[in-house]
Amino acid sequence: MARSTLDARRLLCPLPVIRTQERVKGLDPGDILEVTCTDPGALHDIPAWCRLNGHRVTGATDGADYELVITIVVGGDMMADPEPSS
Amino acid sequence: MNVADSLPEARRKAVALISGGLDSMLAARTILDQGVHVEGINFFTGFCVEGHTHAIRRRANGSGGNPRNNALWVAEQLDVKLHFIDVVEDYKRVVLNPKHGYGANLNPCLDCKSFMVGRAREWMEEHGFDFIITGEVIGQRPKSQRRDTMPVVARESGADDRLLRPLCAKRLPPTLPEREGWVDRGRLHDFTGRSRKPQFALAADFGIEDYAQPAGGCCFLTDRQYSTKLADLWASRGRRDYELDDIMLLKVGRHLRPRPHFKLIVGREEGENHFLSGYRGQFVHLRTVSHPGPLVLMDGEPNEEDLELAARLTARFSKGREAERVEVEIGGGGRPSRRLQVAPMAPSAVPSDWYV
Repeated sequence: MARSTLDARRLLCPLPVIRTQERVKGLDPGDILEVTCTDPGALHDIPAWCRLNGHRVTGATDGADYELVITIVVGGDMMADPEPSS
Repeated sequence: MNVADSLPEARRKAVALISGGLDSMLAARTILDQGVHVEGINFFTGFCVEGHTHAIRRRANGSGGNPRNNALWVAEQLDVKLHFIDVVEDYKRVVLNPKHGYGANLNPCLDCKSFMVGRAREWMEEHGFDFIITGEVIGQRPKSQRRDTMPVVARESGADDRLLRPLCAKRLPPTLPEREGWVDRGRLHDFTGRSRKPQFALAADFGIEDYAQPAGGCCFLTDRQYSTKLADLWASRGRRDYELDDIMLLKVGRHLRPRPHFKLIVGREEGENHFLSGYRGQFVHLRTVSHPGPLVLMDGEPNEEDLELAARLTARFSKGREAERVEVEIGGGGRPSRRLQVAPMAPSAVPSDWYV
């Protein structure tokens, strides 16, 4: 299980989500990614994107100087469904 | 032929263009209700209205409304995956050289739609999906959603008859998904024109009470003021081009061009000042120190005289606008920061044509 960080400060919605999506593609299930953002919308958008794509948000802290840190545990289903169940 | 075409028993898969508005939501829901597997894609062009300026100002305002990204919110309501696609670089050719020209402003709507459906087609082929769905309605948009331009989008995107518009499909020739029985044409719709009543009625049928409005209003290029700023940017640089930071900054602050060779971007409140402060390393910047006031970025090559003028304008937009003298700090531009004492420019002394 690897731990990594992503600096998404100064990026505005939906760029923090897009950068998170790009980074998660290169990670393995169970890996942890900490995303630092300054757009308050990310506090809503990144968890929503994680819910839709099978990842888990384990923490979100609202820090000083507009900074937010969102912790994500990568799930096992990162790509488009190859064989959706009927 | 798509490999999946030979698998009649397989559950068909559609990729839906999800803008976050009501129409694309209804189109996706219509197809989901027919048992098709649907996933959404949303394109980031850099000109998206979604979130940006609202996000900049929200935090300073305390609430500022709902912070949601509408495309994500729609995907959650539909319970479908959403894939964001960053097309900022590729989209430049659409904005800079639209084959079909612009709409009322710098909006290349027909080229844009062909581009997005084309990218959706590539995604569809790459991921083994069967067809594409959009929320287009005949006659709803003056350029990209007309009976005569809809075939143009299908043809130029390469999607051809794998492009299904569920909200107006009954008014168009049957597409491959309809002919093959992947979807039931009888359960598609026949909406037409600019009236939104059929969409509102369908939303009510689906039990959808909350949705973003208006459809089609998700791009800054349809905005007259934004287009004026973009045209000014091109004129001042003597070339039609842009980087992502350029088009982001056009969304923020007051823009004044007192001289052809420089422009000021004046933060209007704390959130914008904070956002602009992230660009201090790239621009000469000014801020009042004797009074509360905005952060101001200078875009261009200012000389000493220009800096004093910029300082007087910075003072004009500060709380010291009525004071005799205001102290302004100037930083960046590869020089140590320094302070000037200036008389704020009177509002009446600022020509209206300086405002871009």
